[in-house]
Amino acid sequence: MSNVQDALFRALSDPTRRGIFERLCREGEKTVGALTAHAGVSQPVVSKHLAVLKTAGLVRDRHEGRQTHYSAEIRALAPLADWTTEMAGFWESRFDALEDLLKRMDQ
Amino acid sequence: MTDTATELRSVVVEREIAFPPEKIWRALTQPHLIQEWLMKNDFKPVPDHRFKLTAEWGSVDCRVLEIEPNRTLAYTWDAYGLESTVTWTLTPIGSGTHLRMEQAGFRPDQEQAYQGARFGWQRFFENLEQVLARAD
Repeated sequence: MSNVQDALFRALSDPTRRGIFERLCREGEKTVGALTAHAGVSQPVVSKHLAVLKTAGLVRDRHEGRQTHYSAEIRALAPLADWTTEMAGFWESRFDALEDLLKRMDQ
Repeated sequence: MTDTATELRSVVVEREIAFPPEKIWRALTQPHLIQEWLMKNDFKPVPDHRFKLTAEWGSVDCRVLEIEPNRTLAYTWDAYGLESTVTWTLTPIGSGTHLRMEQAGFRPDQEQAYQGARFGWQRFFENLEQVLARAD
């Protein structure tokens, strides 16, 4: 797996973090406060999750006065939708099946 | 991103296999053997022959492009908006065969992030936890 994909998978592996990201996708830009109201965890925890998402390129922030507004960067998901990624896994498993078959076949 | 919207991409899988090209060729070209490692099919080793690979999840439309016994086999592979070509190359080596598969093709919408995200979103999350469990 590439580093970019790895970072994306790791960032989205946590259900709370995924919930935050999905909410930003659905509802658009939000402050930490607004996100905390629905996240079921404390504001520092939400901030920590946002930092991980930001590192993975999944959210961007915008400072306005004392508030920071976060929004989803849905384009960051593009590497996961690349057909070559899906097919590489498919063919690796088919090669395994082919080798198994060759072992079973008569000469 | 529009100028990369139809960019050609490819997947290459290569392996050294401890069997001679002739034996691998049989597995690549005989329908009852293809079925055992790939999918059910109505393949015939004839140029321009159109065939289908079918599985529970759907089917792939194919057409034989090139066939050179024990050396090269190429066919089209069209499924779910992906238009591609699969090329098998068999090269004899001392201990068996170097087997190479290259799939090259286009998916016109693949670079459109919204399309891509929408397409991959649900399945991605469905599988995410399992993938990570395996990755660790």
